[in-house]
Amino acid sequence: MSTPTPLNESHDPSQSAHPSHSAHSGKPGPKSRADLFISLTVLALQGFGGVLAVVQRELVERKKWLTNEEFVEQWSVAQILPGPNVVNLGVMIGQRTFGPSGALIALAGLLTFPLLILLVLAALYSGVSDQPWVQSALRGMNSVVAGLIIATALKMTSALSKNPIGIFLSAVFAVLTFSAVALLQIPLLYVLLVLGGASCVVAYRKTLALDLTRQRADEIKERA
Amino acid sequence: MSAFDTLNSITMTAIDWAHLFMHFCVLSFLSVGGAISAAPDMHRYLVVENHMLSDLQFSSSITLAQVAPGPNVLFVSLMGWNIGLNSAGGIQAGWTAWCWGLFGALLCMVAIVLPSSVMMYQVSQWGHKNSQRPFVRAFKSGLAPIVIGLMLSTGWLLQRGQHTDSASSTLIASWGLTIVTALLVWKTRIHLLWLLALGALLGALGIM
Repeated sequence: MSTPTPLNESHDPSQSAHPSHSAHSGKPGPKSRADLFISLTVLALQGFGGVLAVVQRELVERKKWLTNEEFVEQWSVAQILPGPNVVNLGVMIGQRTFGPSGALIALAGLLTFPLLILLVLAALYSGVSDQPWVQSALRGMNSVVAGLIIATALKMTSALSKNPIGIFLSAVFAVLTFSAVALLQIPLLYVLLVLGGASCVVAYRKTLALDLTRQRADEIKERA
Repeated sequence: MSAFDTLNSITMTAIDWAHLFMHFCVLSFLSVGGAISAAPDMHRYLVVENHMLSDLQFSSSITLAQVAPGPNVLFVSLMGWNIGLNSAGGIQAGWTAWCWGLFGALLCMVAIVLPSSVMMYQVSQWGHKNSQRPFVRAFKSGLAPIVIGLMLSTGWLLQRGQHTDSASSTLIASWGLTIVTALLVWKTRIHLLWLLALGALLGALGIM
């Protein structure tokens, strides 16, 4: 049951688009399930407020489990799907090497020790939470964390210039989402269905139009 | 009595736990861009509608999870932990409270992680093969502005949740710190731990 499915159906690595995806015995990757568990635990424990940079450094540069191209590609798939990106990436890596048990071990590796540390922290905190200075210190950190999350949103806006929807419509959708969720407190399901659906339809039409323009431009270049 | 203790005894029936589990399972499928995108909906469900958590417990769960190492999604387990403590009548209930806290933490964690992971497992290979198709690319670009709106909502709710009874001067200081943090993190490579330490210091000095 733990047989990993090779990603690439092609048997000749030289002909495949992603040669490094084919299941080679010499392919770098976790050596054992214990290696997978420990490596991901170490990775997770380094992530303070965002793990993307750590993931890239650990898995690509140090462990060499993935090439940079593989990482970018897998990361983008992990982002398309719902769920925490790092957890999604871990599931993918675990699955690729050891199948279903690998995915479970990856999950356990990413979550077990950080969860234990967090619960100890929470327990310590409950012991002192009625001290006024602890409460005000936490309020200060709250403000910082709110700023951090807003900054994550702001960082994402830089990618919008390449978004087929365009800056103006993107801003409209973001503002509508904020109003619906934060101000009107409409359930996320409806917001995603209505606003997310509308946004995806717009994106689809613009993507097709963009592809067509590129195709025509290429044809004109070929003729010239 | 501190605001953290205003909500320390709630009654959670088995049905309530089951509803909570189901709600987080649904949110797992809806958490595009990570679990933090679903935080406003958790706030609506846990704080506004079902009164399982106080506003301060909600924001302190997110903040403590940020302060600790590990994936951000762990804030969900702290919400479960607090719901468990509340259901046992608060931390002063001793071992009963610890057990319910642990139960709540695991329940919420499994509910938020498992559905999306199973989905990831099922479609990751499909996603690889089809990532260049127009509708997959459109799905990704279409959701980008929505995720931005959700993140801004989370930041806003975190900020607002702590000002139920604050004076306007602390309100200004607190928003000021949020805005400065947002700009610094956006435009510079300053390490987050410095900013958290600064926030804690300013808070402890009574400026927030």
